Amino acid sequence: MSVPLTLLGLLEREPSHGYDLKRDYDAFFGRGKPLPFGQVYSTLSRLARDGKVVISDVAPGSGPDRKRYVITDVGATEVEQWLTQPVDPEPHLQTVLFAKVVLALMLDRPAAEYLDTQRSAHLHRMRELTEIKRAGSLVDALLADHGLYHLEADLRWIEMTGARLDALRKEVRP
Amino acid sequence: MSVVIEARNVEFSFGQTPALRGASVAVEAGEILAVMGPSGSGKSTLLHCLAGILVPDSGEILFDGARVHAMAETERSSLRRDRFGFVFQFGQLVPELTAVENVALPLLLSGVHRKRALPKASAWFSRLGLDGLEQRRSGELSGGQAQRVALARGLVAEPQVLFADEPTGALDSLTGEQVMDLLVGAAREQGTTVILVTHEPRIAAYADREVMVRDGRVNAPDRIAS
Repeated sequence: MSVPLTLLGLLEREPSHGYDLKRDYDAFFGRGKPLPFGQVYSTLSRLARDGKVVISDVAPGSGPDRKRYVITDVGATEVEQWLTQPVDPEPHLQTVLFAKVVLALMLDRPAAEYLDTQRSAHLHRMRELTEIKRAGSLVDALLADHGLYHLEADLRWIEMTGARLDALRKEVRP
Repeated sequence: MSVVIEARNVEFSFGQTPALRGASVAVEAGEILAVMGPSGSGKSTLLHCLAGILVPDSGEILFDGARVHAMAETERSSLRRDRFGFVFQFGQLVPELTAVENVALPLLLSGVHRKRALPKASAWFSRLGLDGLEQRRSGELSGGQAQRVALARGLVAEPQVLFADEPTGALDSLTGEQVMDLLVGAAREQGTTVILVTHEPRIAAYADREVMVRDGRVNAPDRIAS
């Protein structure tokens, strides 16, 4: 999650104070990991330094919370570019799982059992996410779905690898 | 919780082709169990043996203390009608009947009078978001609606065990998940045990636990503590 770009995006919606930005960030994107106030203000300072936001007014009183931030054209362009660029597909190449399977086969360990254990752990997590979906809001469901589909992709890989273990064994233990 | 239905060392062959080679599984009352496995692994055959549709070549099927594998067909038929419910992937609704008559079917077959069966069936329509569709025939329902009607039919007689074989297999992801939400919600409310055959992990994730069927045997992973 890019905090600066997400805050910029929230500011494009409407000018806002740091406190309100933090509240909206936590509500939509925090998911149990609220943004510390310090990070909100340090991020806003950097965005202001780089000309992506400006302070429109400072309400009477003291403290950084009184500043109202407005996105600039530079900031809006950056948000636009970020939204329109695809996210890297991140083909992890199953680094950890892949390494475990290959090593297990090399060492003549029960790779199929390891895969079964991993499948079970994945399904356990999928059950937790499914429960979040069933009990939560649509926003929760959207986020849980993202996790569920990624876990499902891993499980497809686990199934395919499980079906190919004999052939893989021959390849890594010639 | 106590075990309500169980397969012990079940073997079954289609002619010369073995489908189950010593499959064992025990399901507790009120539990939702997902039976997973690749195509041809024997998971549907296991479900059919547990439900008394197929009789194992050897091994035992126990339901509520009764020896299902040793029952005569008429006895197994009564068991299926009175104690079990079913939801399958395709073609379950009787096209000549209205949706509400389809739902009432298990009650009517059990001898419940039409005057009592139809209102009881109707009550399921609002419960499953099917209001106003009572008089439609299966050809006039969408896939998701038809599957919800089939689900209502599977649960209307308040079965002890609901057998669901790929119940969302013919539906798109969103409709499938809506059907699963309703299935799980209704089963939990009634305390119905569910045996759910699926090859889709996202559907299996609605269950309390999963077992894998591979080469006709059941591999039950150790439970992971919550």
